[in-house]
Amino acid sequence: MRTLRFLLQKEFRQIFRDPSIIRIIFVMPVIQLMILPWAADYEIKNLHISIIDYDHSQYSQQLVSKITATKYFLLDQYTDSYSKAEKAMESGKVDIALEIPADFERDLVKENEAPVFLAVNAVNGTKAGLGSAYLQTIIRDFNADVRLKWIQLPRFDPELNIEVVTANWFNPMMNYKFFMVPGILVVLLTMVGASLSALNIVKEKEIGTIEQINVTPVRKYHFILGKLIPFWIIGLISLSIGLMIAWLAYGIVPLGSLFVIYCFAGLYLLAVLGLGLLISTITNNQQQAMLISFFLLMVFVLLGGLYTSIDSMPDWARAVTRLNPVAYFVEVIRMVVLKGSGFADISHHMLIMLIFAVILNGWAIYSYKKRS
Amino acid sequence: MRQFSSLVRKEFYHILRDKRTMFILLGMPIAQIILFGFALTNEVKNARIAIFDQSKDIATNTLISQISSSRYFDVEDNLHSYKEIEETFRKGSIKLAIVFPENFNNDLEHFNKAQVQLVADASDPNTASALSNYATSIIRDYEKRITNDRKLPYTIKTEMRMLYNPQLKGSYSMVPGVMAMVLMLVCTLMTAITVVKEKELGTMEILLVSPLRPLKIITAKAVPYLMLSIVNIATILLLSVFVLEVPINGSLLLLVFESILFTLTCLAFGLLISASTDSQQTAMFISLTGMFLPTIMLSGFMFPIENMPLPLRILSNIVPAKWYYSIVNAVMIKGADLTIVWKETLVLMGIMAFLLFLSIKKFKIRLA
Repeated sequence: MRTLRFLLQKEFRQIFRDPSIIRIIFVMPVIQLMILPWAADYEIKNLHISIIDYDHSQYSQQLVSKITATKYFLLDQYTDSYSKAEKAMESGKVDIALEIPADFERDLVKENEAPVFLAVNAVNGTKAGLGSAYLQTIIRDFNADVRLKWIQLPRFDPELNIEVVTANWFNPMMNYKFFMVPGILVVLLTMVGASLSALNIVKEKEIGTIEQINVTPVRKYHFILGKLIPFWIIGLISLSIGLMIAWLAYGIVPLGSLFVIYCFAGLYLLAVLGLGLLISTITNNQQQAMLISFFLLMVFVLLGGLYTSIDSMPDWARAVTRLNPVAYFVEVIRMVVLKGSGFADISHHMLIMLIFAVILNGWAIYSYKKRS
Repeated sequence: MRQFSSLVRKEFYHILRDKRTMFILLGMPIAQIILFGFALTNEVKNARIAIFDQSKDIATNTLISQISSSRYFDVEDNLHSYKEIEETFRKGSIKLAIVFPENFNNDLEHFNKAQVQLVADASDPNTASALSNYATSIIRDYEKRITNDRKLPYTIKTEMRMLYNPQLKGSYSMVPGVMAMVLMLVCTLMTAITVVKEKELGTMEILLVSPLRPLKIITAKAVPYLMLSIVNIATILLLSVFVLEVPINGSLLLLVFESILFTLTCLAFGLLISASTDSQQTAMFISLTGMFLPTIMLSGFMFPIENMPLPLRILSNIVPAKWYYSIVNAVMIKGADLTIVWKETLVLMGIMAFLLFLSIKKFKIRLA
């Protein structure tokens, strides 16, 4: 126990001796948490539209004003040449082009049927799908308006109408920040924890100070614990700062209990730090440790369900995410913060995190060799 | 010149000696391109949904079978009460619940009107709105099919063409982003610690007392890594075309040229970090937080830049990955040539020159 205390003293001194580290640990996450959530707005709006109007009739005008009146479309180009629109689309300025052919109004009234043409820039498939769906809805509404003007209203509406009512639970304002901020918090916590611990032991190896530890009677698990505990404390402090920012800057107050979040975060940090220490013991220099931890971090973060939905991944990738601690924490923190889930709902996640923590730390202790 | 070439040789020895690092540097892009290329998609599909059908008639049955056969939805649960909806949501597995009220078909046949309720788990607003939209359009299709049989007057027919990516493949917009990210990561990381490592190990002094100028030292450090990067560019392009099946519609030469330009920018950025920090740990942390998250979030491949507030839109202009991403997007998928991407290319060149200048400036010729 006494050995551990001295080791802790040494580690803390080492960490706090470097002033830039302190700045990095505490200031960087704050800045990122203040800036990045503003970037994460995925709602498809402000689609740039180009309208090619060969008709110039009253109806085409009405359709155009109906489209521009919505918040989804920005009229970028109103032209009567298709090639101009094509050029704009090629350079990426325009997402969608609507062509209203000549005699649109006449055909509609006289022939009972008139076409319009949509050309969609489908490089981004999702954007194209949703954008064209919006536009078709607008055209359909316009069509209904026209029909209403020409047809004597019968006893009841001849048009079939299935009304779709949408309710948005847990986040009725559809505020994307409520979704992103807790997730980004997890990423920052992971980065601080994993990168600090991954470089730590290997740094001692590179500088040579590890020899001094190795000749002392310090036990392997003492050594690992001595490394683990300071970072664990720093991690929890980072989490607290992050939660404060979430509350002060974004007004996000967890619906569930803070205690649940801290319990899970404690377990999670153990797992992440264990992983970092493991990387640190099996590599020979800081460059290797850094590359490996970057690689893993990138995989964990990008496949953690933070930015893209895990459900959309192919089966094998979904199987890989079962080994991804970030995915569990992202899910848990969102459940607790937004839906108010409690211990009963996340017990499965906690058990898995516990297994991660035990295996990773055990492995780190095992692979730390006092003899070279 | 001889001094320079022996310095380059020294750097090569450094890299070649460390087989493990070499292996990681060359293997990492392969693993990442494959992993991210397949798994990252901002499409929403196979979302798990629940259905609460109080009507159980022919119309709801047809609709449900259409919904469950769509690639967007996996019907996982049949619910029996409103209370169950909230319970399943809280457990976290269901993203959308579709509620059909009683007498659905009856209402539809006799009044031409019926109602469907969509209850979305909006803790993820993006998925929620995408799913409601998909469900709505399935319902609209169903509606249209019945209406078409009746032939209404005054109909506007919409004809649609999806350009560049007719099958709406998600990977088309993702692959250029993944390319930018992987190149950025590998190249910046490679150089980020080369200078600072010498500082930490004390070999810097030897370099400083030599007659070599900072410009030469910096360039000599970048050359071997540039060669490694060219190998990486080749593997990344090959994997994108043959494994991820994204076509190169524009000129291959232009694409390679732009990739090398971007690589140089990243190497310069790494050198700047390296020259201005004192420990490898700090260098790593700066490249991690200063590059990783901003590249993902501000380069426009995950989140559309036009949606961001103005200060961030301005900020995104200094992220090199943003320019590279739009170049690759234009050249690879739309088949654009230099007349279209010259502006982006110039910006990228400017950023590179600036970073290189700054890192030479920051390179201190005296030890503290």
